[in-house]
Amino acid sequence: MRFSLANLIRQSFAGHQGWPAQWRDAAPKPAYDAVIVGAGGHGLATAYYMAAEHGLRNIAVVEKGWLGGGNTGRNTTIIRSNYLWEESEALYNHALTLWQDMSQVLNYNVMYSPRGCMMLAHNIHDVQVFKRHVHANRLAGIDNEWLSPDEAKAFCPILNTSEHIRYPILGATLQRRGGVARHDAVAWGYARAASALGVDIVQNCEVKGITRDASGAVSGLDTTRGPIATKRVGVVAAGNTSHVMAMAGVRLPLESYPLQALVSEPVKPMMPCVVMSNTIHAYMSQSDKGELVIGAGTDAYVSYSQTGGLHIATHTLDAICELFPMVRRLRMLRSWGGIVDVTPDRSPIIGKTPVPGLFVNCGWGTGGFKATPGSGNVFAHTVATGEPHRINAPFTLDRFRTGRLIDEAAAAAVAH
Amino acid sequence: MTGEHRLARGGRVDRARPLRFTFDGHAYEGCQGDTLASALLANGVHLVGRSFKYHRPRGFLAAGAEEPNALCTVARDRARTEPNLRMTQVELYEGLVASSQNSWPARGFDLGAVNDLLSPLLGAGFYYKTFMGPRFVKGTTLWAKLFEPVIRRAAGLGVPPKEADPDHYANRFAHCDVLVVGGGAAGLAAALAAARAGARTILCDEGAEMGGALLCEPDATVDGMPAAAWVAATLAELARRGATLLPRTQGFGYYNHNFVALAQRLTDHLPHVPAGAPRERLWQVRAKRVVLATGAAERPLVFPDNDRPGVMLADAARAYLQRYGVKPGTQALVVTAHDAAYRTALALARAGVKIARIVDTRPRPAGPGLEAARAAGLPVTVGGTVVGTTGSLRVSGAMVAQASGTGATDFETVPCDLLLMSGGFTPAVHLFSQSRGKLRFDAETQRYLPGDPAQAQASVGACAGSWGLAAALDEGSAAGAAAAGSGAGRSHAVTGDHAGEGGGILGALPHGRDPARVKAFVDFQNDVTAKDIKLAVREGFRSIEHVKRYTTTGMATDQGKTSNMNSLAIAAGALGRTLPEVGLTTFRQPYTPVTFGTFAGAARDDLFDPVRRTPIHDLAAAQGARFEDVGQWKRAWYFPEAGEDLHAAVAREVRATRAVAGIFDASTLGKIEVVGPDAAEFLNRLYTNAWTKLAPGRCRYGLMLDEPGFVMDDGVVGRLGPDRFHVTTTTGGAPRVLNHMEDYLQTEFPELKVWLTSVTEQWAVIAVQGPRARDIVAPLVEGIDLSAQAFPHMAIREGRICGVPTRLFRVSFTGELGFEVNVPADYAAAVWQALWERTAALGGTAYGTEAMHVMRAEKGYVIVGQETDGTTTPDDLGLGGMVAMSKPDFVGKRSLARPDLVAPGRKQLVGLAIEGRTVLEEGAQITPTADPPVGTHAIGHVTSAYWSPTAGTPIALALVENGRARTGETVFVPMPGGAIAARVVGPVFHDPEGKRLNG
Ligand SMILES: Cc1cc2nc3c(=O)[nH]c(=O)nc-3n(C[C@H](O)[C@H](O)[C@H](O)COP(=O)(O)OP(=O)(O)OC[C@H]3O[C@@H](n4cnc5c(N)ncnc54)[C@H](O)[C@@H]3O)c2cc1C
Repeated sequence: MRFSLANLIRQSFAGHQGWPAQWRDAAPKPAYDAVIVGAGGHGLATAYYMAAEHGLRNIAVVEKGWLGGGNTGRNTTIIRSNYLWEESEALYNHALTLWQDMSQVLNYNVMYSPRGCMMLAHNIHDVQVFKRHVHANRLAGIDNEWLSPDEAKAFCPILNTSEHIRYPILGATLQRRGGVARHDAVAWGYARAASALGVDIVQNCEVKGITRDASGAVSGLDTTRGPIATKRVGVVAAGNTSHVMAMAGVRLPLESYPLQALVSEPVKPMMPCVVMSNTIHAYMSQSDKGELVIGAGTDAYVSYSQTGGLHIATHTLDAICELFPMVRRLRMLRSWGGIVDVTPDRSPIIGKTPVPGLFVNCGWGTGGFKATPGSGNVFAHTVATGEPHRINAPFTLDRFRTGRLIDEAAAAAVAH
Repeated sequence: MTGEHRLARGGRVDRARPLRFTFDGHAYEGCQGDTLASALLANGVHLVGRSFKYHRPRGFLAAGAEEPNALCTVARDRARTEPNLRMTQVELYEGLVASSQNSWPARGFDLGAVNDLLSPLLGAGFYYKTFMGPRFVKGTTLWAKLFEPVIRRAAGLGVPPKEADPDHYANRFAHCDVLVVGGGAAGLAAALAAARAGARTILCDEGAEMGGALLCEPDATVDGMPAAAWVAATLAELARRGATLLPRTQGFGYYNHNFVALAQRLTDHLPHVPAGAPRERLWQVRAKRVVLATGAAERPLVFPDNDRPGVMLADAARAYLQRYGVKPGTQALVVTAHDAAYRTALALARAGVKIARIVDTRPRPAGPGLEAARAAGLPVTVGGTVVGTTGSLRVSGAMVAQASGTGATDFETVPCDLLLMSGGFTPAVHLFSQSRGKLRFDAETQRYLPGDPAQAQASVGACAGSWGLAAALDEGSAAGAAAAGSGAGRSHAVTGDHAGEGGGILGALPHGRDPARVKAFVDFQNDVTAKDIKLAVREGFRSIEHVKRYTTTGMATDQGKTSNMNSLAIAAGALGRTLPEVGLTTFRQPYTPVTFGTFAGAARDDLFDPVRRTPIHDLAAAQGARFEDVGQWKRAWYFPEAGEDLHAAVAREVRATRAVAGIFDASTLGKIEVVGPDAAEFLNRLYTNAWTKLAPGRCRYGLMLDEPGFVMDDGVVGRLGPDRFHVTTTTGGAPRVLNHMEDYLQTEFPELKVWLTSVTEQWAVIAVQGPRARDIVAPLVEGIDLSAQAFPHMAIREGRICGVPTRLFRVSFTGELGFEVNVPADYAAAVWQALWERTAALGGTAYGTEAMHVMRAEKGYVIVGQETDGTTTPDDLGLGGMVAMSKPDFVGKRSLARPDLVAPGRKQLVGLAIEGRTVLEEGAQITPTADPPVGTHAIGHVTSAYWSPTAGTPIALALVENGRARTGETVFVPMPGGAIAARVVGPVFHDPEGKRLNG
């Protein structure tokens, strides 16, 4: 049944008894044309586009837990595309374009809200780096403007632009199309749309092994719900990618770190946009429910523990209180962490691997939510056709051998 | 009179100390020892707010931290405004001003209540199904422009403060042998046993008073004393034994290695806050052993309209009665699945509250409670249920029916103004679960209980699933003694125990009413009903995490303390699975919400991040310097004279330095002393250059690469002796470089005998640069021959200056003859003063970082982080000659040979010459044509751009693809107002032959 106001009204007279399951609770079939490992946003989007744009219907997404329960359901949902390098600009802007009408396309309100994403400069080096982004983005046709401290304050009135704070704000960039969306809805929306096209979404199904034929090509998967034969596997397992790829003997240049986030108790609207400060390590937005959504950088050490250290939360909050001094009396309601997979150049790996039939989409680190639709879209092309899409062609695993890095972190050290 | 519903005696409040307060502008009186909740109940106020979504009238459900409904805002002034406080935890003080939330114009008449009429539309997840609007309305969606703002305004609970918080917050790190969280019977006994065994003990409890449930046990005795007296005696002994007692302190986070975070409230309960007193304190406790004694919370029953004001947890009513001396109603109906509620009924009856009915949902209850109730003549319905309530702003009746297997339809409405419910008790396993201990499901009692601890920790009392006073005390004592390493605990003599009580039910009570028409609330604050959970299951949300997220159950500010187990059971029922099969949501920090300021502590204003100042800072400030932030450092940026702006000052500083001399505070440069027989070999491996042949007394410009082969840092390295190097790094790179060196030394080259010491703050550095530099330095120096032959460019000597030791470098970052005078930091100010006097006398200048940047750019010297961006190789910078590829290895060597690092077309450092006077913008892109269409590939970007006072033109450095081969070509810098043409030139604009610096 389509989601619409009319159907909602109709169902409200019927006690909402008529809504079907949003996706089929599929059991794994013995064989598929292709299997995606990991039902996060990226994996589900991949499956959706494989079905919708490449006509592959006999495919499955296998998920060790519940769909959307990884970083997709844990992130702070900042969306923007004002990256520096042309390769990244193309990738993230492809995603941003798809965000615009995702709700309509999926028939699921993902609540994409272009509230504006502001990034603060606190020293001269920040100013230089951010202006470089503005110039690069303008040439690429990506909106990103430079704001004076007063303009930043006008856009976000609760921002502390005093010259007398420890690290005064010297200016900011603003991407107006940047913003936030509802993370769960993205996972559910893609799951529902993919399932409707025939994709099997198999939850509680952990991949334990990748089997290969005599030629070395992928022949199937061993899972906790039995073996699955398939000649094409796309691994989209975020923080667990290293483990999964090791099952096929592939080593990846990834390190996994805990990344934490937290929310306040809900309050009436006070924060009109997203504000990020990389220099003092914190960012904040406000959810539709009224919670301030706050995060910072990763823990310092590699780990698979989803509980990060308290000191990260304290540093994040001292920075937030410095930028927004009226929030000091508000309270932390919940904090949590996810495991993010970080590459040496902080850009993702999307493409082929040395193992025929095995593809990987990983390395999104602290900032892959925003890319969900674009990543799924180009990875679907890659898995379906066996060759990368123009946009993900530069994001090879091979670049770490050739040195053709796409180093977003080095250029700006910007996370998320 | 402190409220008409206050009992004449009993409870722990002080009737002799009445307190006036207002709620929603009405004046009331309570007394010392009240919470805002108990004081309002004493005044007969039950309606205290509206629910989040449907704006249903709500009252007090609980009496403690688990309260979901009764949230208020307490305001002392505009800045000291606290939204979303649980009234059950707000301690009353004279003059308290509180207001309700989420209603307009008033909580009694709230227009938002139309949502309740619309509620059939607004079920779980309704917003995912609508409000999508047409595809596009002028570049945005209807969602963002119309629906979202409306929803946002409706959502949110209280109004946030508008002004900066003036209060401050404290922080303490503590270590102890035994940390006990929870000061009820079990926790007190544990702390006492630990303290008696000599353990350093910390005991914390979230309440204003320690004692937990013992504070509501007027009839029990422990070791022959009334329970309250035992509490007092125990606290006194703990204090005597030096235990740290922390009331008003919740344990909110349990981290690795028995690291537990506590939040202590210090002043919110005071009518007048002493000036300077911290408001709250964060305790970061590292405990050898932890004892959790966090108790259990009563669960509501889930039946239609179970949310009206006057519907309350049975145990909460007993707390109001016995701890606060308040009658929460006049005519009570009790519906229960647990024996404990009988105790409440009996206590209420004794206090003169009419018990209209006790409805026990169990078909065959037994036990002393039931017998006592019958003996007292209270009407009991066994195997009954409540299928609804009547009333609007206060409950007026309960619809009582017989529970049959399939649901009940025939009911009788029993009038009441207080409806008490008990679904049993949920152990508070939050901290246990945070500690990574695995919970186990006890099928018999249908509870999640602590399994094996994952850390040095024990759970005791109700949080471990045991019931009764004696059990709690004995378990606590045993755990406290064990934690202190002193064997067995002791057992306690208890009367008035309730050890035999039991029971409990999970999920919704059956009812035969039209499910579409009624709402049985599970999560009160988020307005989640049993129906919503079933809808979620119908829609395919099968994991409890999915159910939680789709319905928002358990996501309110009470984090599901009263709702999680019921929603889990309802979901499990709908799925036809057992609870453990459906799973359990994660218990996340914090246990109850914790103030941001408490986390931030003293890290605010100037203490937000340490300010690092050089020893010359004050002199520079006295000379009028303006400063810039570079990392944590304050660096002198420029030294304006009267009327000068940045540009005028910089132009003057540059001209004076090049004509005469300038002095510059370079103390922030990172300095690392690398010492040991293998020091040269170590540097061979860390830097691209060859160090073996560098003679003592000479220095060299070193380039450091990261593993991928890109420039990571640079700096002059001087060799003081065969085994000793003085390494300098960039200001910002100092910690990173030391880490990088230590990392390699410890993990890759542990066989090398090398020691690294940061000496950044030991040596202050004063650069003296310019044609007269030697004349300035010479008279002050002893023991060093400064002549060009004896002390050439790139040499280092040790001697004395102004009578103090110096390491004198002959180096230049300006292109002029130059010295860098390193002196022990304590003498730096005196040496600066001496050098400054001589410089000034000759007509020289002090210059800041901006002039330094300009001069180095005129000379084509790079700044790591400005000309480089982590993708730049030495060859890109024209520094290929610094790379000793003949060395067997160095960090980054292998990467330098990668195909892309040697491919043609890499960006190379060039200079840009610009006609006219426009200074380019740093970061501007470079294109081959003047009118690049959108999507044009940039062939490079401007890395540095200044007005050059020396050249009298703008200059710029840039990284441009094939840049060196483009020398002489015109390129374009597209700007919003049109492109600027620039000619590619060499990067050195000043003294390309280097005559001046060798002079
Ligand atoms: C706290 C936090 C804040 C963040 N904030 C932002 C932000 O503001 N903006 C932004 O753009 N990004 C942000 N991110 C990053 C973003 O969340 C991720 O980059 C993105 O969600 C990754 O999506 P995914 O689908 O690849 O991964 P996931 O959602 O993690 O999905 C991977 C799935 O693979 C499954 N899986 C793993 N191993 C196996 C196996 N063996 N068998 C079967 N299944 C398996 C996992 O269970 C998981 O469901 C944040 C991340 C965190 C943790």
